[in-house]
Amino acid sequence: MVSEEVVTLAHGSGGVETLRLVEELIAPRFKYKDYKGGIGLRELDDGATIPLNGFNLVISTDSYTVEPIFFPGGDIGKLAVTGSINDVVVMGAKPIVILDSIVVEEGFPLSYLRRILDSMAEVANREGVALVGGDFKVMPRGKVDRIIISTTCVGLVKRLITDAGLKVGDKLVISGTIAEHGAAILAAQMGMEVKGGLLSDCAPLTKLMEIALEVGGVTAAKDLTRGGLASALNEMARKSGVTVRIKEELIPIRNAVRRYSEMLGVDPLILASEGRALLGVEAKKAEELVRELRMRGFKDATVIGEVVGKGGKVLLETSVGGLRPLEPPSGEIVPRIC
Amino acid sequence: MGEVLDRFRDRALILKLAKLIKGLAKGLDKIRIMHVCGTHEHTITHYGLRHLMPPNVKLIAGPGCPVCIVPAREVDEAVKLALSGVTVYTYGDMYKVPGSKMSLAQARAKGGKVKVVYGFDDVLRKRVKEDSVFFAVGFETTAPTVASPLYEGRVPEVIKLLTSYRLTVPVLRYVLSLKASPIRGVICPGHVSAITGASAWEYVVKDFKIPAVIAGFEPLDVMIAVTEILKQLREGKARLVNEYSRVVSYEGNLRAKQYLKEVFEVVDGKWRGIGLVPLSKLKLKDEFSTWDARLYFEDKLRDIGEGDDIKPGCKCAEVILGIMEPKDCPMFMRACTPSKPLGPCMVSSEGTCHIWAKYGYLG
Repeated sequence: MVSEEVVTLAHGSGGVETLRLVEELIAPRFKYKDYKGGIGLRELDDGATIPLNGFNLVISTDSYTVEPIFFPGGDIGKLAVTGSINDVVVMGAKPIVILDSIVVEEGFPLSYLRRILDSMAEVANREGVALVGGDFKVMPRGKVDRIIISTTCVGLVKRLITDAGLKVGDKLVISGTIAEHGAAILAAQMGMEVKGGLLSDCAPLTKLMEIALEVGGVTAAKDLTRGGLASALNEMARKSGVTVRIKEELIPIRNAVRRYSEMLGVDPLILASEGRALLGVEAKKAEELVRELRMRGFKDATVIGEVVGKGGKVLLETSVGGLRPLEPPSGEIVPRIC
Repeated sequence: MGEVLDRFRDRALILKLAKLIKGLAKGLDKIRIMHVCGTHEHTITHYGLRHLMPPNVKLIAGPGCPVCIVPAREVDEAVKLALSGVTVYTYGDMYKVPGSKMSLAQARAKGGKVKVVYGFDDVLRKRVKEDSVFFAVGFETTAPTVASPLYEGRVPEVIKLLTSYRLTVPVLRYVLSLKASPIRGVICPGHVSAITGASAWEYVVKDFKIPAVIAGFEPLDVMIAVTEILKQLREGKARLVNEYSRVVSYEGNLRAKQYLKEVFEVVDGKWRGIGLVPLSKLKLKDEFSTWDARLYFEDKLRDIGEGDDIKPGCKCAEVILGIMEPKDCPMFMRACTPSKPLGPCMVSSEGTCHIWAKYGYLG
């Protein structure tokens, strides 16, 4: 019944289908999947690592397409630089250099390109990350949809943090309100003005991770991107081999986002964030971590649940006291009628 | 509005009702309560309400998912049109439902023209210039959104309608009439009732002598409905109660009903997984045949076969009717899983099997 012959949008939605495609189509073809025991294609973490004289080089690459290119709270340029930096910093690393690859459609306004590059530079300059190379190509009109940007970020770290290190008893901490990027993009695509405003949360997680590492006790970290909190929780639980129990009422969601996604019939738990991290932290350090984060600018940081045992599942205690498994998202995110 | 809604999601109140339900259910046999609405299933699943029920109270999803019960043949028609270059507009959840060979999502991946919309209004706003099709699925609730602009002459002739409307009032009667029906109480669909009026469900208590509660879609609404049904069962009564009186009147939406009557006729209709249900389908009346996609694209649709509704061995029919639980189906979680669904109940996130597949984890 499921056609295996063509690539569907679901394959690229960052959920179950994407994972299956990587595991079945890409990974088996490559004989070497890591370098000297570093993190590689088997782990499918946020980034890969190269062990280097007691240090780890962390590398992550990502392609960015977004509709619209300019959205409330950012644009494709800000997103592209921020996204790759975040994949590196959630592994505990300090990002040092970045490379970019830009493909543009013939006829794309130069003024747009300038704005996008300004955004890319602003993030890189503020973060102290050097742009050390890249590529720029133009495709004939109609052969590519306006602009695609790929970025690769490289960072350095001594002690790695992965997304597979959760232990029974650990607390799960979210760094802020979720689903804002996804909601802002959906609203923009629908041409909707939302009362109270929906802004993408797109922002580097560098400062956040600095605080987290300073406090200590962090056992796992992951940035929330496509697939949102549901995806991040499921990946962390599965890779760590543990079952986590989350309390829905503790998950910070802005009212505008909550109401808007409810109206559209889309679950905010599967909507993307581009400036939020999920952290696993030893129980004894959790309170201190949240306190520090809140004091230093992350006022919505909070504990949302804990690791309750072995397994690999995510259980959600609902806002009214019910219980259900929180599934990793699958398929395209499409609204429901019924 | 936010604050009003929050009261219907009040945790303390809902847990109090859960306690009450446990008390009422004590000593009773296995009680199967059926609802016939995708949004009720959504509420029950989303808020994890099954977890709050005592073991002898089962909440069963009847044929309330309008996309699951669209026969494969009608999906095939939409797929055929999309692949032949006609733009097909459809709802997000219809988009994923497989026909005999593929879903509209897969048709789009193969180059078919498929666009997801929130409703027929979206299509009307698009100022469509070339022949295109709206795949019009749904129950009594969504049908008026097409009937009213059609009746008022607001639908351009280039927008054709591939209608697959079905009616929940007759299908529930059909389900309850089955000899093996184990249903002891009914939660009537709130949105449908807003159109049909509470009066449409009088027959449940009169002809079948089982409690019926028209309920809203907040978790508190569902908990109240279950409480009311159990109370009636304990007292040996069967009454129709309108819990959703903030929206539903006894007569319903007279104007919408009028539009439906003017534009559609009610005929026998096939339901995927159930079969032919008497007087359960809406068909465009002859005076609106200009908009009938099946007539206009007759050439393209001529060679569409009967359609492959249910794979051999699949027990979706029994599951939809509440006779069988998913775990008793030999295909369940073996040949039929959420990522490779065989039957309609596994397809939609609101299908019973799909929900059981998820709940299996909870043991």
